[in-house]
Amino acid sequence: MANPTMSTTVAPRAPEPGAVRSKSQQKRRNRYVIAPLVLIGVNVVLFLVFFVWPGALGLLYSFTDYRGVGKLNFIGLANFQKLFADGTFYAALGRTFVYTVLSVPLIYVCSLGVAALLVSKAVRGRTAAKIVIFLPWLISPIVVGVIWKWMFGQDFGFVNFLITSAGGSAVPWSSNGNLALTVVIFASAWGGTAFNMLLFIAALKNIPEALLEAAELDGANAWQRFLNVTLPGIAPTSFMVILLSTIHAMKEFAMIQALTNGGPGTENTLIVQYIYKTGFEQSKVGYASAASMVLMVVLLAIALIQLRFNRKKA
Amino acid sequence: MATAANLPPAIAEESALGAEKVDSARGRRGPRSNREGRARLSVPLTVLMWVIAAIYALPLLWFLLSSFKPGSELFSYPLSMIPREWTFQGFVDAWERVDFAQYFLNTATVAIVTTVLTVFFSACTGYALAKYNNKGTRLFFVCILATTMLPTEVILNPTFTVIRDLGLYNSLAGIIVPSVLTATGVFMFRQFFLTVPDDLLHSARIDGASELAIFFRIMLPLSRPILFTLAIFSFQWRWNDYIWPLIVLNDPKWYTLQVALRSIVGAENIDWPVLLGASVISILPLVLVFFVFQKYVLNADVSAGLKD
Repeated sequence: MANPTMSTTVAPRAPEPGAVRSKSQQKRRNRYVIAPLVLIGVNVVLFLVFFVWPGALGLLYSFTDYRGVGKLNFIGLANFQKLFADGTFYAALGRTFVYTVLSVPLIYVCSLGVAALLVSKAVRGRTAAKIVIFLPWLISPIVVGVIWKWMFGQDFGFVNFLITSAGGSAVPWSSNGNLALTVVIFASAWGGTAFNMLLFIAALKNIPEALLEAAELDGANAWQRFLNVTLPGIAPTSFMVILLSTIHAMKEFAMIQALTNGGPGTENTLIVQYIYKTGFEQSKVGYASAASMVLMVVLLAIALIQLRFNRKKA
Repeated sequence: MATAANLPPAIAEESALGAEKVDSARGRRGPRSNREGRARLSVPLTVLMWVIAAIYALPLLWFLLSSFKPGSELFSYPLSMIPREWTFQGFVDAWERVDFAQYFLNTATVAIVTTVLTVFFSACTGYALAKYNNKGTRLFFVCILATTMLPTEVILNPTFTVIRDLGLYNSLAGIIVPSVLTATGVFMFRQFFLTVPDDLLHSARIDGASELAIFFRIMLPLSRPILFTLAIFSFQWRWNDYIWPLIVLNDPKWYTLQVALRSIVGAENIDWPVLLGASVISILPLVLVFFVFQKYVLNADVSAGLKD
């Protein structure tokens, strides 16, 4: 950006940054407004075009029976009325909650446990172990789905092979809804550990050694130290991991598409998949948008509840 | 401050900053830690760690080794971990039969172009949010925060309409442009620039540098570590992205790897040898990038960007 005010704003004799600020010429103030505007400009446009516009459009659609073509025909709250009486919508939403409630704690425990081991000086070969456990981060949700589908195949999978070799009978991993969801939960924990582990490692390293030593001198055992010193120390990170994992689980889509495709039948169809199916495959755009609005409200509520919870604790 | 009129102090500050960060990252570990207790625990903890690592590695290992098996061996009992007969046929088939080279090229184009744009614009925005405190930047900060609560998954249909109305439907630009803005990237840079002392900015201003020159010539070079970290993150996000390509692309000639893989795995009869080969090929570039730049990922204080 050419800056015409340049020469007048140069103040070579100003001795203190405070003094520079207190001069506060009108022209300088202008350049403090224009420069950041130039810097954020592109992202502001992207924000308006790809968040505000579709967001507003989605809200608009949710009050219409739009099917992807033609004019918008407003039908008031009919979509929402239909939605709240729709069994498949509740099934999808309920299944998403079950999935979230089961997978988030598992991800939390796995990533914190692994991180705790990886910062412990007693463990040998930490760098190598860290790389091994981090590898799943590189793998796309689609391929994670492929890998776990391959592991847990009902007729030819590795896990069933081990079970039958050990004398058991093959487990119906894909034809039983609950077992299929179990596989999905394992897969999500496997894929989700890596990144959260990094967050926890950073947090654990920041806990002052002196605190842990003081607790040890006072006679606290390892478990008590972990519970009373470490856990409170990493509370902000825990909060963040839980919030991010919850939002991530609520919008799980790609991995399920590859792993079970919502099956068996539609038993494990999660909410985003439900929205995709109604919105794109059946092109009930208005109806799908209404479902989207419900999901958005749920996500906002989760975020606000967790935020409040975090504030109270702090 | 009176002497901080030229650049050398900036460099000194940079190194001081770096040293400080290393210090805080390592934490202060006194030499008085309980050596005896540690030695006693060393064996069981190490074993535990490696058992866990093995559990994490197993699915990947099984998947990798399976991709080297010929189709007939994939389903012949008893299964064996190590292929009895090694073959590259799955990879060859995937590459030739499924037009994989084209998907590979499409994905690479999207990932590289988006990454460059994301890193650059995130740096600009993050810097503006960190160093210019006015109503506009504060408001935009809240807006960016809101995007994390309103993910694309929630507004699939309207996003599709917007893409179509902009004429971006069925083109790679339709995936690239909307993905440039990422909250994580902006927050990472914002957090980093918050740690850069304002004095640096003031002294550059006193020297008569224009605002944008300060950013491009002093601040951007300072942010190199974050730049690399975000570049790798962004490359991974875009390489593995599924939902944008799914809604934007229709013509198979523009498909990215993830959409192509999904169409193989979603078929009535899954062609497992091709699927395994194709999946393995699809993760190779990322593995390569990761091993070259792993220190920027594994040692990065990734929480910096996300903590806000």
